[in-house]
Amino acid sequence: MRPIINREKEREEEQVKERVKVRAVAREREPRIKKRRLSLSQRRGISGLLFILPWLIGFIWFYARSLFMTVQFSLSDLTVNTGGGYSLAFVGLQNFIYAFRVHPTYKQVLVTSLGNMLIDVPLITFFSLFMAILLNQKFKGRTLVRAIFFLPVILSSGAISDAMDLARTMMSGGISSASAEMAAATTTGVSVQYYIQMFSALGIPQSLIEYVSGAVNRISDIVNASGIQIIIFIAALQSIPSSMYEVAKIEGATSYETFWKVTFPMVLPHVITNIVYTVVDSFTNSDVVDLAYTTAFEDMNYGLSSVFSLVSTVITCLILVIVCRFIQKRTFYYN
Amino acid sequence: MEKAKTEGKPVIKEKLATASKKYHEFMDDAQFVNDRQRWINNGRKFIMFLFKLVIIVGVCYVILGPVIGIISSSFFSDADNYNPMVYLIPQAPTLDRYKVAMQYLNYWKTMFSSLLYSGTLMVIQVFICSMVGYGFARFDFPLKKILFALVVVMIVIPTHTIMLPLYMTFAQFDVFGLIKLFTGSAINLLSTPVPMYIMTFFGCGLRSGLYIYIFNQFFRGLPKEIEEAALVDGASTWYTYLRIMLINALPSVVTVAIFSLVWQYNDTFYAKLFLISDSIVISKKISTIEASISNVEKILDPNILELYVDAGIVLIMIPIVIIYIALQKQFIEGVERSGIVG
Repeated sequence: MRPIINREKEREEEQVKERVKVRAVAREREPRIKKRRLSLSQRRGISGLLFILPWLIGFIWFYARSLFMTVQFSLSDLTVNTGGGYSLAFVGLQNFIYAFRVHPTYKQVLVTSLGNMLIDVPLITFFSLFMAILLNQKFKGRTLVRAIFFLPVILSSGAISDAMDLARTMMSGGISSASAEMAAATTTGVSVQYYIQMFSALGIPQSLIEYVSGAVNRISDIVNASGIQIIIFIAALQSIPSSMYEVAKIEGATSYETFWKVTFPMVLPHVITNIVYTVVDSFTNSDVVDLAYTTAFEDMNYGLSSVFSLVSTVITCLILVIVCRFIQKRTFYYN
Repeated sequence: MEKAKTEGKPVIKEKLATASKKYHEFMDDAQFVNDRQRWINNGRKFIMFLFKLVIIVGVCYVILGPVIGIISSSFFSDADNYNPMVYLIPQAPTLDRYKVAMQYLNYWKTMFSSLLYSGTLMVIQVFICSMVGYGFARFDFPLKKILFALVVVMIVIPTHTIMLPLYMTFAQFDVFGLIKLFTGSAINLLSTPVPMYIMTFFGCGLRSGLYIYIFNQFFRGLPKEIEEAALVDGASTWYTYLRIMLINALPSVVTVAIFSLVWQYNDTFYAKLFLISDSIVISKKISTIEASISNVEKILDPNILELYVDAGIVLIMIPIVIIYIALQKQFIEGVERSGIVG
């Protein structure tokens, strides 16, 4: 009996020893495992940095440096040397003072471009939301209509758009001339002027009437500027879960209520994206940019040109920040 | 008590009769109400349909009107142009405008080099921007949020703000003074397409910020399990990116490819800024065609000159429209799915 018990005891002791050993080994390994995990995330971090490296270099090289240089140029008088290169002479705020006090057209151009931008942005946003809702429904020939609607995105830059503008004004049956004709025609019985007078007699404020009639006159500009915005809104509409509409239907909401309680809040975050697109786009095509370009490359006044682009950029960014803050406060984020 | 019982029966009968009469009247009324409701509904639907039709057709006309105008007037002969009775359909159509425009555009050669230029840039854009977008979407590294904010800054700040420094940079191109050290002077890269390639390669080309954003959004939407499986199977990050993620991102690849090809092809801003030769950028060449035709062919009437320009514009538009029609379905689907939305 005894030896057996002893053997059992020995076995138990051996087992305990083994367990202790295993634990010790495990304890030894533990920090190593931890270390490896850390290094994995670090390695992933490094390869992530490698992925974005080309852009990072480019951003520092072209954007950050250039922004710095633009500020520098705007504060100094730049002369191009004969052997290439340039020299800067610091003049302080003189360029800014010149732009706002002496330059004959800058202030006017700036104000009109900003005004146009502020008028266009809400129009384009609402128009594209409206068109996106229309195009999101199912009807015959939808693909064709969508293809036509996205056509301005494709044809919307450079020489082609210039030619399009020209063609638009040349076409005698075009929208703008048609409305002008209608405004002039009094014999046909349909006189825009008459309706405008009627509305103003009804007590509708003159500025509102002018805004609306101006919008109608510029419909082709608005349509052509809202290609991408329509795309974005269609994508947004398709991302709304259909269960929400089902719930609204079961609860007995009318389509009007459904729009304001479901569609509109769900689309609102994308309004910000659209406003950013629209503002940047209309700034890129504005007269301020043309003025800056001619000042730099025709009048060779680099400092002044930098002031022009800098001031308008700062103003645009301010507008963007204010508008986005304003909308963001009212935005409900589903996710 | 008994009397009341016997008298009660006909009263009930009467009541029943009136009730059934009322019921039938009501049902008839209801039928009528239903009919009316249906008519109102149908009418409302029809009016809505008309309303939508008018708007869609109208807006399509606004978009297509100038295109149709350009195409039709490019076939006008001189007589048609002076004839006030001719509208859109020429009486004596001529292909003369196209012949002259092709000759002055040097069409086939310029078109080939222009497409080559935008095509190569497109490939670089897709590759670099998807890479950067993937880096932002899937890896964690210090300052990631700030760096991504810089991408947004790139979208928001118009290129016009930095056009002067860019011009200066490429007029005196140098990398840390190395080129000057070896060759004696910095090189002037203007009037070659090299600056555009350099900028695009470093992710700062035409609207690169937007493409990075699109790719980032798309990659974030893909399930992580795919990559985890690839990692477990022993694929390296680059292999995963090239052979798995990029293939899955086909919708956004198509979107970005079309955007970048077309915008690059149409772009005149960078072409003007870097003084890129107009034998490479056909959309820049079209702006000079009017002057050269009037000088050489001695055509002084601007209305007639406009016809030649129209023909040239049609010639330029043809490849874009072909690409667009061919890839239209993928493009629109890609745009809708590719997370262009935030």
